[in-house]
Amino acid sequence: MTASVAFQNLSMGYDDLRAVRQVETDIAEGSLTAIVGPNGAGKSTLLKGMTGILSPIEGKIELNGFARDNIAYLPQQSDIDRSFPITVLDLVAMGLWREVGSFGWLGREQRRRVTDAIAAVGLTGLHKRPIGSLSGGQMQRALFARLLLQDAKLVLLDEPFTAIDARTMADLIQVVRGWHDEGRTVVAVLHDHDMVNAHFPSTLMLARELVAHGPTHKVMTAENQMRARQMCEACETIPHTCGKSAA
Amino acid sequence: MIWDLFIEPFADFGFMRRALLGCIAIAIGATPVGVFLMLRRMSLTGDAMAHAILPGAAVGFLISGLSLGAMTIGGLIAGMLVALASGFVSRMTALKEDASLAAFYLISLALGVLIVSTRGSNVDLMHVLFGTVLALDNAALILLCSIASLSIGALAILFRPLVLECADPQFLRSVSKLSAVTHLTFLCLVVMNLVAGFHALGTLMAVGIMILPAATARFWAASIGGLLGVAMIVAVISSIIGLLLSYHQSLPSGPAIILVAGIAYGLSVFFGPVGGLIAQNLPRRRFET
Repeated sequence: MTASVAFQNLSMGYDDLRAVRQVETDIAEGSLTAIVGPNGAGKSTLLKGMTGILSPIEGKIELNGFARDNIAYLPQQSDIDRSFPITVLDLVAMGLWREVGSFGWLGREQRRRVTDAIAAVGLTGLHKRPIGSLSGGQMQRALFARLLLQDAKLVLLDEPFTAIDARTMADLIQVVRGWHDEGRTVVAVLHDHDMVNAHFPSTLMLARELVAHGPTHKVMTAENQMRARQMCEACETIPHTCGKSAA
Repeated sequence: MIWDLFIEPFADFGFMRRALLGCIAIAIGATPVGVFLMLRRMSLTGDAMAHAILPGAAVGFLISGLSLGAMTIGGLIAGMLVALASGFVSRMTALKEDASLAAFYLISLALGVLIVSTRGSNVDLMHVLFGTVLALDNAALILLCSIASLSIGALAILFRPLVLECADPQFLRSVSKLSAVTHLTFLCLVVMNLVAGFHALGTLMAVGIMILPAATARFWAASIGGLLGVAMIVAVISSIIGLLLSYHQSLPSGPAIILVAGIAYGLSVFFGPVGGLIAQNLPRRRFET
């Protein structure tokens, strides 16, 4: 199997404050991987490294088989201005940016794809609503529709199911599974261990350093979780880099 | 009656027609920029940049008197400098952006007034601070119309990246390299339109015709197209009414125009259907699809 994302002795953060330390592993192409770990374990930092937003301070992240622009990334707290006057349709259609660019028109075929994506996340009928009127769950659905249109080989999700209702979570998990079935590589930072066990075949446990990475049932052991917590208690004495407070 | 009130001033006096044309040019060029300033929550940035133009224009005035070219170039340079410098200060130091903008605009205003006073008279100072919309010559009109055309053209080209830069900057950065280009071009447009507004309405009032119609439109339209349309209409109507008021009642024209726009804003705060005070306190209607 070709490794699609390879972390080579990867450290990220700042020199005196390393959020991610000496991670060395591969995420296989077509895998559906959950990243788990205590707060402040460097999970989001690792995702940002993969998108290229943050650069490693040591080691490197190698993307084999696709370019940086083949990544779709859903940040944990998107800085979308919810009061901005655009509709769900406009927001979702942004997913076609790479095809349409600054000047292109949405053709009939592309309009159909936008409508399909909106339908796939269960927002049919809401496409003309301004995004400011959506609930948290509906907004997350719209963002998933945008991800669908980005048609990326590597999909990175940073806590995509935090603070949304159970129905939405169930629907969106199906979208994620759909990506997996299509052979896309999906990496998601998650907190909910039941969800990881139920839906994610592989898991990468992080506590700044790599704790374990492999099939979920082998990684999500009580022993590993204990070890991760101890490793992170040690690092709690150092202030967080990503500014996340404990949940 | 209607003829006397509304048509005669423009029909009889060339300076009124010129003032009208100048104001319409500014309304068309500056209000879309104002709408985006508002949507990006940069209204105060616009204000600070407007004041920053003053010392630049004043240096131009110092060198070659009330010359259109020198004051325009001076204003453009100073406006861009402050736009970049305030961004730099807020990004690189502990000072928040609002405070750094306030600092920049106070310094600029003081410096500008000082420079103009060292050489010019109080009349010159009033000219620079409040503009001379009733004394626009051909060169000034051509400048205003050119800036309006350029600004509309640039906005048309930049429209989609600019909307995305406002709505979801992180996403734009992840899919496109246009983010920085968009931001800088937009700042250029702001400065250009402020300089245009400065010639007609003066440095203190220029930002008014940019922001007030945009803020008014926010209460009437829920889409970007709607905002741009309403803002332009508000700006043009305010200009016409302001000019007529200043003609009939001998009021200073710049402040009259801005005050009319201000009244439109004040009424909209109460009566605007989109989030106005009254609309918000009525039983809530849901958006229908």
